[in-house]
Parts: sequence; C-alpha cells; structure tokens
Amino acid sequence: MFPTQDEISAWLPDLLGGLSISLQVTAFSLLIGIPLGLLLALGVLARSRWLQVISLFLVEIGRGAPALVLLQFIYFGLPTTGLTLGSFSAAIIALAWNTGAYTSEIIRASLQSVAHGQREAAEALGLNRFDELRYVLLPQGLRVALPALLGFSILIFQGTSLCFTIALPELVSRAYEIGSTTFRYFPALLAAGVLYAAISIPAALLVSHVEKRAGLYAQR
Amino acid sequence: MNAADLLPLLRGLTWTVALTAGAFFIGAVLGVPLLAARRSRLWLLRFMAMSVIQIVRAIPPILWLFIIFFGLGMGVMPISPFNAALMGLGLIAAANLAEIYRGAVASIHFGQWEAAAALDLGRWSTFRDIVAPQAFRVALPSAASYLIGLMKETAVASTIGVAELAYQGNQLSQLTFRGLEVFALVGLFYVLLSLPISWLSRVADGYLRAKVAR
Repeated sequence: MFPTQDEISAWLPDLLGGLSISLQVTAFSLLIGIPLGLLLALGVLARSRWLQVISLFLVEIGRGAPALVLLQFIYFGLPTTGLTLGSFSAAIIALAWNTGAYTSEIIRASLQSVAHGQREAAEALGLNRFDELRYVLLPQGLRVALPALLGFSILIFQGTSLCFTIALPELVSRAYEIGSTTFRYFPALLAAGVLYAAISIPAALLVSHVEKRAGLYAQR
Repeated sequence: MNAADLLPLLRGLTWTVALTAGAFFIGAVLGVPLLAARRSRLWLLRFMAMSVIQIVRAIPPILWLFIIFFGLGMGVMPISPFNAALMGLGLIAAANLAEIYRGAVASIHFGQWEAAAALDLGRWSTFRDIVAPQAFRVALPSAASYLIGLMKETAVASTIGVAELAYQGNQLSQLTFRGLEVFALVGLFYVLLSLPISWLSRVADGYLRAKVAR
C-alpha cells in the first residue's frame, strides 16, 4: 500500500522535478494573472462603455468556464487557427486568464470597500485618476484583498494539476507515469499527494493567520 | 459542425448534471457529521475532523480521482469511472461544505445558544430547532456558489473517462478537428448550467429573507 524506502529514494527526484514545474507554472500564472486582474477590475469600473463590455466578457468567460476547458481551448483549440503553443506556455496563458478573472472580482470588491470619503478627499486635493489609484485606493484596497489573493494562489497551485491533460510533465503526470510503468499506482499517487499537502497545508495555515491579522487591522 | 454533433455534447451534459448533483448530495450529507466532529467537546475528535478537512482540501481534485480510480481501482477493488468520480468529488464537497456549515453556525449570535440553554433545551434540540434553521439561511448563498464551483470541478472526471461534457468535447474536437468552436461551445454550456443555479439561489434567498424580515 505505502511506498517503500527504496521506492521513495528512486521516485523522489522525478517527483520533485514535477513539483518544480508545478511551482513555476503557479508563479508565472500569478505574476501575469494578478496584474491582469487589476487591469480587468479597472476595466469593469471604467467609465468607457467599451472597456466595460470587453473586461466583463473576459472575466465572465474566465470564471464561468472550468479551468480544464480553458486549458484545452488554448492547447487543442487555438492550433486550428494556426497558433500553436507549447504545453508550458498554454498552461500559463490559461491559468493566468483564470487568475485574472477571479482576482479581478477580489480586487474590484476591495477597491470598492475603500471609504467613499477617501476618493472625495483625493479629488479635493486635485490628484489625477492615476495618482488617486496609486496613492489612495490601492494601498488601502490591496490590504483588504491580500488574504483572498493568497487563498486563491493556493487554488492555482492545485489547479496546475489540470496540466496533466495537456501533457505537461508536472507533479500529477510524473506520479501517473511512475504508476503506469511500475504498476504501483497507489503508492506513487500517494507520494504526490503528500508533496501537494506539504505545500498547501502550511500555506493554508499562513493564509488563515494573515486573515486574522487583517481582521484585527480592520477592527482598529 | 452540425446538429448531429451536438448530441454527444447534450449526452455529456446529463452526466455532468448527474455527477454534480450526486457529489453535492454526498457532500451535503457527510458534511453534517464532519461539522459535528469539528464542534465536538472532545479535542481529539475536533483535531481529527480538522485534519481530515485540511488534507482533503490540500490535494487537487484530479489527484483524488486518480488515487481512487487507479490507486484503489487497480490495487484493492475494481471501481467504475463514474463511481470513482462520485466518491472523489463527494469527499471534496463534504470537506468544503463542512467548512461552509461551520462558518454559518459560527455566525449565529451567542445569545441564541444562551437563550436555548435558559429554556433548558438539550444540545441536540438547540442545534436542530434554534441554530440550524438560522444557519441554513446564512449558508445558502455560499453553498450555492460552491455548487457552481463543484459543477465546473466535475470537468476533471473526464480524465478518468467519465463521458461528461468536457470528455465529449475532447472527443468531438478530435473527430471534427474544430477544437476552437467545440471548446468554446463546451465552455458556454458550463456557463449556461450555472445560470439556473444562481437564479434559484437568489430566489430561495429572497424567500427566506422575506420570512424573517419584520
């Protein structure tokens, strides 16, 4: 049932290599996705009708369709238009889109949670729209958004497991491959599960700690 | 792509709905004992429930399905793809719904428990008659948005060969070489499926709110 000592030492380099790819995809998706989320949030809040419609469309598709379908749409669907992507870049584009759509809602809510008087004060001081955002809204809004953004980051880390379906050699693919060559599916998949848990559980505890601290700040 | 191509997608749709409803039902039922253990007076039980919830949520759904379908299916006893998906997603739903229940119960004012104690109601009847009806109302919107999330999560069942929407889309795109349209259509179907759920949740919420509004 459980992997033996020898198996663990034989599999570990392979599994850790997969984990490192999962983490890279997570990092790139967040690095592209969260700024995209900010842009989409600003787009939804913008005065221009066109910007609103385009941003809402991107957000609703990114949130409404399962991440797996986005992934397959980009990896298997786009090549029919002549645009072929490697599995690594397709994974990052799909997950960054997913991240952007979800975080735009988080960021929009947090920007709207900043007291209205703050905006009026910024206007009274003659700050332009960009400075108002940069110095007044974002520093206060992002503090509210932080716990939710961190929580979503854990979900994206788990979401990288979907890249199994587009043949990216990440953690689940490696474990599945070990399973299919040795026919020791359960121990190999269990080992991958332990690696996921080893990152997700401390991260979840950290998020709940940050949440409590942010709550304390809000109470003051 | 013509109308005949749509048939497999519609067949996939029914499997998606069946899987979502089944997993949500399992989760909604199993979530109750998990909640009870999570709020138990015995610290060991509390700790165990918390560990189960954390571990279930720490491992991605696709890996749960693989552990059940390939791990248990090949090693312990053969299991059909649909049952494996139902077990895996039901387990995940139970952990998530237990957390939603817990949040809802925690939101009920402490005075309600005190008043029930003053009326000499037992722990069980306090929960059943006083706390649960109020907590249900609080939990409903989060449970509905979780249901939508779960519906999208069922797409991972395509990886173990359940013939649901994403699986049919995959097959159809290989058959017709028109991945762009097929996957766009599949995505649209998921969005369309989520609309009645959010509509029902809003109606139910409005109805329950009207009942307590004074």
